[in-house]
Amino acid sequence: MATFIEKLGNLDRRVIFVLMALAVIIPLALRMNLPIPIDKGPSKNLFDAIDALPEGSRVLISFDYDPSTMPELQPMAVALSQHLMTRDIRIVSLALWPMGVSLGNEALSAVGDSLGKEEYVDWVNLGYKIGGGVLIVRMGSDIQSVFPTDYGGNPVDEMPVMQGVNKLGDLDMIISLSAGDPGIETWIMMAGDRYNIAVGGGCTAVSAPQLYPYLSTGQLIGLLGGLKGAGDYETMVRIGVENPPPGIAIAGMAAQSVAHLVIMLFIIIGNIAYLSEKKRKGGAK
Amino acid sequence: MSWEVIGIWLGALLSLCLYSFLYKDNPFYKFAEHLFVGMSAGYWVIYAIMNVLVPNWWQKLVPLEGGFQPIWLVPGVLSLFMLFRLIPKLAGLSRLSLALIVGTGAGISITAMLQTRALAQVNGTIIALGQGGGWFDWVSNIIMVTGVVCGLVYFFFSKSHTGVFGGAANVGITLLMVAFGASFGYTVMARISLLIGQTQFLLFEWLPTMGIHL
Repeated sequence: MATFIEKLGNLDRRVIFVLMALAVIIPLALRMNLPIPIDKGPSKNLFDAIDALPEGSRVLISFDYDPSTMPELQPMAVALSQHLMTRDIRIVSLALWPMGVSLGNEALSAVGDSLGKEEYVDWVNLGYKIGGGVLIVRMGSDIQSVFPTDYGGNPVDEMPVMQGVNKLGDLDMIISLSAGDPGIETWIMMAGDRYNIAVGGGCTAVSAPQLYPYLSTGQLIGLLGGLKGAGDYETMVRIGVENPPPGIAIAGMAAQSVAHLVIMLFIIIGNIAYLSEKKRKGGAK
Repeated sequence: MSWEVIGIWLGALLSLCLYSFLYKDNPFYKFAEHLFVGMSAGYWVIYAIMNVLVPNWWQKLVPLEGGFQPIWLVPGVLSLFMLFRLIPKLAGLSRLSLALIVGTGAGISITAMLQTRALAQVNGTIIALGQGGGWFDWVSNIIMVTGVVCGLVYFFFSKSHTGVFGGAANVGITLLMVAFGASFGYTVMARISLLIGQTQFLLFEWLPTMGIHL
């Protein structure tokens, strides 16, 4: 006869779905906040690298994602833009993914407006061009030939933000917010290694493990992995800021932690139930 | 009712239709799924024409400032060849276009990939074990070098995995399993993040349209 724990092991999957939904909804509805400790790690490395850039530096942000990965990558876009703009660093942005243009614009214009930064002076969105790696190689010799106008059709050579930015080598750092290919790896391959430019990035949690090797070789200066990375960065950007705006990723991290606890609980129950059933049927060694 | 509110309601109802699949397959889920596939296909066709074909080819063939640049007929014809795959008698012509794409892609990528994914990674593995200074760095470096060597041993199939060689292969596969576990953990985190994003939308954007503020 099946024990209670074995019955738990064969629980209807819909019960698990309901519990998972509750594990996410309750912390969000209660606006639960759990501490996000920041110590040394890829998120901190990226933050420190940006913090070390002098005022007036030029950083390229590539929005290489679409709405399907927005919950993870958009908070990073907002937090990075806040950090760069508060440090008076000029932002040149583009997208290797078509939908990245509007998502990038949303983040840059919202942060820019809140900090009193002007489009074309402090930041610009060059838009999307197809080509991935080939496009990056061409930008290595002449950005204006690839992007003669920004996303709105305005000539880039007349924009103050683009003064002195003719090729990738004129930039101080490249940051790719990437949901896949083309993305961070393409930038490392075609810009970082080829033109010796510092490349940092933010990615979905799914793709984070495959990018970690680039951190240990120094090909990537820092990495924000998934919602956790976004939460880390939001936390660091808020340090020392009076009445900071609510962090989207920070709000999600409590729900994330509770959901992980529920998943771990079910993994443990499932394994105990499996072993118990195996033992009862005489299959255990 | 503003267009923004209509958009939020559409997004919310379609999200709920899709989540209803978790209970069981049903017509609401099918409707949302088919709507998504159809809308995506239509969107990408128009997007490709307006953002790829027109600015990258048509406006170069017939520039806005006037004139005609016949050289741009070449990529146009090669693109047309790709569509000949639909006509069996002319399908062979598409190989010309494919050859150009494969050749160019390989030429640009091979050296870059070799440098980025192989040489730089090998270089990064050749390190002094004490690099970094602390005991944690010592352990990390030893695990990394051992992991790389034993992982490579596991994938060496010209010698039977017995004795010391077999032991190294076992260490390799064990470390690979640890890596797969970490990767799975990250995947779980990613999927939960997407659920959190959609839940935030429903709780903090959709519910307020009904006067419910959490």
